[in-house]
Amino acid sequence: MGEFTMPSLGADMDEGTLVEWLVGPGDLIRRGDPVAVIETAKSTIEVECFESGAMGRLLVEPGTTVPVGTPLALIEPAAEGRGEPERARKAQGKPQAPPAPEHARPARTSKPSPARTPVPSGGRDRGHVGAGPLIRRLAEQSGVDLTALDGSGPAGRVTRADIERAAAATTAARPSRIRATPLARRRAAELGVDLSAVTGTGKDSAIRAEDVSKAASGHAAAPPPPRRTTAAVRASHPPEDQASGMRQVIARLMTRANRDIPHYYLSTTVDMATAMDWLHDHNRRSPMSERLLPAALLLKAAALAAHEVPELNGFWTDDRFAAAQDIHLGVAVSLRGGGLVAPALHRADTLGLPELMTALKDLVSRARTGRLRGSEVSDATITVTHLGDQGVETVFGVIHPPQVALVGFGRVVDRPCAVDGLLGVRPVVTATLSADHRATDGAVGARYLTTLDRLLQNPEKL
Amino acid sequence: MNAVATEGTKTTYREAMREALREALRSDDRVFLMGEDVGRYGGCFGVSLGLLEEFGPDRVRDTPLSESAFVGAGIGAALAGMRPVVEIMTVNFSLLALDQLLNNAATLLHMSGGQLPVPLVIRMTTGAGRQLAAQHSHSLEGFYAHIPGIRVLAPATLEDARHMLAPALADPDPVVVFEHGSLYNASGELLPPTAPVDLDHAAIRRPGTDISLITYGGSLPKARAAADELAAEGIDAEVIDLRTLRPLDGATVTASVARTHRAVIVDEAWRTGSLAAEVSARIAEESFYDLDAPVERVCSAEVPIPYARQLEEAALPQTADIVAAAHRAVD
Repeated sequence: MGEFTMPSLGADMDEGTLVEWLVGPGDLIRRGDPVAVIETAKSTIEVECFESGAMGRLLVEPGTTVPVGTPLALIEPAAEGRGEPERARKAQGKPQAPPAPEHARPARTSKPSPARTPVPSGGRDRGHVGAGPLIRRLAEQSGVDLTALDGSGPAGRVTRADIERAAAATTAARPSRIRATPLARRRAAELGVDLSAVTGTGKDSAIRAEDVSKAASGHAAAPPPPRRTTAAVRASHPPEDQASGMRQVIARLMTRANRDIPHYYLSTTVDMATAMDWLHDHNRRSPMSERLLPAALLLKAAALAAHEVPELNGFWTDDRFAAAQDIHLGVAVSLRGGGLVAPALHRADTLGLPELMTALKDLVSRARTGRLRGSEVSDATITVTHLGDQGVETVFGVIHPPQVALVGFGRVVDRPCAVDGLLGVRPVVTATLSADHRATDGAVGARYLTTLDRLLQNPEKL
Repeated sequence: MNAVATEGTKTTYREAMREALREALRSDDRVFLMGEDVGRYGGCFGVSLGLLEEFGPDRVRDTPLSESAFVGAGIGAALAGMRPVVEIMTVNFSLLALDQLLNNAATLLHMSGGQLPVPLVIRMTTGAGRQLAAQHSHSLEGFYAHIPGIRVLAPATLEDARHMLAPALADPDPVVVFEHGSLYNASGELLPPTAPVDLDHAAIRRPGTDISLITYGGSLPKARAAADELAAEGIDAEVIDLRTLRPLDGATVTASVARTHRAVIVDEAWRTGSLAAEVSARIAEESFYDLDAPVERVCSAEVPIPYARQLEEAALPQTADIVAAAHRAVD
């Protein structure tokens, strides 16, 4: 007697909500069949079972949230008869992570997979033995694997009723069409978002346009409030790759960026001696809470430079550039579990350095705990990626559509430099610009980088 | 004699309508008013009070209690070059004249190869909410909006009550004007007209971005009240007054749904086969890819409108029902 328990679908998952049973008591299941839809804080996922047999009693009602490891249903080994299932053991405190499948299972088609489940030893004669041509044809037509069937006929023969039952169970387990509004579908097509990777927040978990927009901006939607729902079944994600939804969104967005945007790249080395001296001096005189990182100077300079070169601040949509009114500086933040979001520092050009530093810390910590606000994930007008803390000197980034520019900063490093005809050692940073050649030409990009350089030479004015 | 309603003054829907009739009678000798009790009694709902004294019995004519006869007479007068305004007491009784309207007024231009226009205006009271029970309370505007060859108007504001009649009389085809009984006492500041009333377009009574509340006639004040409640909850509702029920202005609805992506249609008629159903179908046809939620309809319960106050209130669309429908679409 096996148990199907609430799986752990990620290191940070401690509970999940059972949304829907895809099978019912008595249904025959095989290892790898999706049996339930589970909603986690991140997404809604079809969960597969890891043993074959017959579903026994369902122990948890849809809509219930339970800790990882809680038994959700009993599974009777296929070899056993349909006896009364033994009482479920108490939920263990330890999460029982299911073994990961070796590869993502493709969505079921009506054709049975050629792989045959090994017949458990000690089982009765399986139904495929001596199944007549009619039964074989029916099984093939309805995609039922005879090897997985217990025949109810004489001598364990499979009957037509068995095929129909099994076919019905298969149909029930097949992912249904994704529920999404017409506008959401249209927007997903426009933004290149895979709907199967989007969590719906609408009625019955329908995907709404807003959900698509959030997904497109690389933002895992905030977990919807738990509610009783007969949620739409999502295409299954392999449980071991919890970032897959976000990964897919990023993949699509970046593919679109590289496919649609003719990038041009510029790079310049900025002498940071004055800025670093000013920064050390400021930090020496300031309490710990008000100390600044070089990133604050770089971001502020990037925002002010965008103010001076507005051709790079806005969006390329409908074959034309639309300048944005404000400067919402997207800041690329890598997430600990993999993936990336680029939430916006609203009106970054108007923030004083201490304010900007506070806002930046707040934004990064909320990005990493999944508490970003909708406006932050969709508002950015130009984005900065700063890989200095990763020890990288130069980054040529990919533009975040529909923006038209991405500014990259590496680490501030000491390098030998020619200064006033003498060789000296100076702190420098490599600033790069990836820009959309449809919207601007190299001259504009060059103006941006030289402006950035000029601003960084006057740190007290930032 | 009653006070003359002039622009910029406080007035009521009833007075605005009366002023429109007075202006029509003054400015065109071909215009005359006829119907049950329009003369000596001053109109069943008091709209034509004082007009008999002012214009005399040739221009303001009381008729026998036969809708078929006096609507037929109105059609005949219109064919002969007059510009009659025929008042029918309530839409329930207009069914007795439906044959005249559908089989004669709406068809003659077509059947005569364009030789016989019927420039007739028919006014009638519609709607419930005043405990007049099932024989005086129905909303059958949708019946008339179904008929090709006529124009159907539903003035819901003081301005439309005051200024819709002139273009209706100028229309060469039959025009049916529905006045919701609950609006007669509505009072407010009558704004001077900025332009002649455009009978071909719906009006956006309140712009909004989150949801479109589409309505007409007596439900407009309820939709506006619902929009106020929704605004307090942070939901920015657009209120559209259809005004002209035939020909329906689909473009305004389509444009609104393209902005808001959600629609609630409020119609005091019975839900099945209602004008709300027509608007909903058009949204499905024209705005499918703009919809982010199913279309919601708020209509009357499918019963003869009850007499008892609490039952009547329960049967009709109320502000709370509109708010709830909006939440279903937005949340």
